[in-house]
Amino acid sequence: MKSILILGGTSDIAIAVAEVYLAHNFKIVLAGRNPEKLQLVKNDLTIRFDGDISTKLFDAEKLQSHKEFVDTLDHLPDLTVCAFGYLGDQAMAKQDLEECLKILQVNFTGAVSILNVISERYKQQKRGTIVGISSVAGDRGRQSNFIYGSSKAAFSTYLSGLRNELFHFNCHVLTVKPGFVSTKMTAHLQLPPALTAKPAQVAKAVYRAVKRGSNTVYSLGIWRMIMMVIRLIPEGIFKRLKM
Amino acid sequence: MRQTVYNWGRYPKVKVDLKPLRFREDLNELTLDPCIARGNGRCYGDSSLSDSIVSTTAFSKVLLFDRDRGIFKCQSGMLLSDILDIIVPKGWFLPVTPGTKFISVGGAVASDIHGKNHHLDGCFSNHVLELEIFCGNGIFMKCSTEEHHDLFHATCGGMGLTGIITSVTFKLKRIETAFVSRIQEKARDLDEAFYLFEKYASHTYSMAWIDCLKGGHSFGRSIIMAGEHTPFGELKTKVKTNALTIPDGAGFNIPFELPGFLLNGYSVKAFNELYYHKTRKKISYDIVNYDPFFYPLDAIGNWNRMYGASGFVQYQFVLPLKTSRVGLIEILERIRKQGLGSFLAVLKLFGKQEGMLSFPMSGYTLALDFPMRKGLLSFLTTLDELVLKHQGRLYLSKDARMDAAVFKASYDNLEEFKKTLNKYVPEGTFTSLQSKRLGL
Ligand SMILES: Cc1cc2nc3c(=O)[nH]c(=O)nc-3n(C[C@H](O)[C@H](O)[C@H](O)COP(=O)(O)OP(=O)(O)OC[C@H]3O[C@@H](n4cnc5c(N)ncnc54)[C@H](O)[C@@H]3O)c2cc1C
Repeated sequence: MKSILILGGTSDIAIAVAEVYLAHNFKIVLAGRNPEKLQLVKNDLTIRFDGDISTKLFDAEKLQSHKEFVDTLDHLPDLTVCAFGYLGDQAMAKQDLEECLKILQVNFTGAVSILNVISERYKQQKRGTIVGISSVAGDRGRQSNFIYGSSKAAFSTYLSGLRNELFHFNCHVLTVKPGFVSTKMTAHLQLPPALTAKPAQVAKAVYRAVKRGSNTVYSLGIWRMIMMVIRLIPEGIFKRLKM
Repeated sequence: MRQTVYNWGRYPKVKVDLKPLRFREDLNELTLDPCIARGNGRCYGDSSLSDSIVSTTAFSKVLLFDRDRGIFKCQSGMLLSDILDIIVPKGWFLPVTPGTKFISVGGAVASDIHGKNHHLDGCFSNHVLELEIFCGNGIFMKCSTEEHHDLFHATCGGMGLTGIITSVTFKLKRIETAFVSRIQEKARDLDEAFYLFEKYASHTYSMAWIDCLKGGHSFGRSIIMAGEHTPFGELKTKVKTNALTIPDGAGFNIPFELPGFLLNGYSVKAFNELYYHKTRKKISYDIVNYDPFFYPLDAIGNWNRMYGASGFVQYQFVLPLKTSRVGLIEILERIRKQGLGSFLAVLKLFGKQEGMLSFPMSGYTLALDFPMRKGLLSFLTTLDELVLKHQGRLYLSKDARMDAAVFKASYDNLEEFKKTLNKYVPEGTFTSLQSKRLGL
């Protein structure tokens, strides 16, 4: 039985990914910070899918604990999905160092730290796939959320380097860049439907991209085009925009 | 987040502060400005609207499913449609279901919903084993028919005013197949419709579509529909292997609001004519999947857009048995004279009342849709008077306009409800636009 480790296992995208992989008979390990929430999600998935699901405590911000986390896994999963993230509050982060560092830490340092450990193990066994959930927000800095955006940009750059390295060890790295995702949390926000993916769509895109060995996947595909255009706007003009 | 929110009738629309609830613990941080819970927004009016709304759509995990005893427990935001997906393949069904499966369990309790089986099985609350409610101030209460039974009976049908229901434990109903054996019989007029309700009284499910524009000899002509869950032995061999398969939910959506003029007296008359004559036979039998039997309208995603941008109003009342016949004649006659059409007029015979503010009582209920237009509201006020005159009342879940006096005159247990509210809930913690309008 193949297995998948989902780091940040209680988000809507993480749960949707678990559902897709359960349908393909994967063994699931959900890792996250809050034991009650993990248990709730595990219980719900077990009742709905009759699968093999376990949970394990993991805190992205506790960098020192990451090696031990991997050492104490029952076995090394075939696939690791890095799905945790922290959006934070841009305005507050400009004023408050703690909020700012938390955004950087969760989205970048924390991700780097855990993926360093896991990728070393994958390299040794010459097998394994890593999926990083980054964001279109990292494709270009915008005034409304560039602290989050820059942490995701750094994460995307890390993932592309890691992909390059692991390629020579028969391992694969997939970067996922969701645009708007209509999670249950945003159910009442008026997001433009044509640009908004459902978590299940993101999860299916992940499954397909992993199978195909794609490098970067945008979800929805239209975001690849949008971000291409946004990247092409000359900086002299871009800086004047209010985005 | 401030945003525009409205419910199924698309009237009224309000700009509100909406807080998504995701984990039970989040309620401890709930600031105490008056708020109201909102499930899937399938009530028609303003029951789940308020300046500040706690939305349960993301609060939807299964907590327990006992497949042997048929007991289900989940968080209050879980939709009936998601529950069906889980329980039907294991041979269980909802004990009571409304005409749409896209409502939350919290909404099912708060409106104490009724289904086509009310005359035998009662409301949803009749099958609830236990509720957990957040009553404000960090207090979570468990209640049932035994424990804090007053809170239980106030919450079932209490329209969210006793607090935010967090979890619901309820009993399921055994089924052998996902199919329903359906009988449809035409009634040429209102008296025959009454007669047929008696005739089918022992059937688990029954309701009637009634043509409220027809006058003269055919006044009140109807099609009565009755049904039973199909036993395994009655299925054709070729579907037997899929006896408990979930129907494939493909339907279509009305992508935008249709112009209001499409719905006038003539188009409704034409529709009714076609509908009544869709089969020539007096009685017809068939076996259908549970979806078309219980949720015919769900196949058309946003059928509420059919009524155009100004929206529509549902009007559902119940009259006690002793006044049902005279009352219905008087009210239907008034509607017909006004020429106000309704595609979907549904008639049903209820059993007895349960919760303090639960809508059903022994007697007949009629539900009608009216497209919003000038003069409608004052016309409905005259209907209210007729309903009161015949000792009936209106369904709060469908209401967006009733005034406080009509409400007070028609809900008998109001004082008991208020007493219970005072006992458990700090004053003014949970209020909706509706509760303010009704002076609750
Ligand atoms: C097509 C259609 C057919 C229908 N058919 C029927 C029918 O046959 N029988 C019937 O009885 N009803 C019927 N209804 C009405 C519907 O079942 C009720 O309005 C139901 O309460 C809607 O649930 P909801 O989750 O959408 O809640 P909402 O519409 O969001 O809220 C409805 C009420 O429930 C309260 N509420 C919701 N969640 C909670 C919670 N967690 N805690 C406390 N209070 C809560 C709200 O405050 C509000 O008062 C129908 C509606 C539609 C659109």
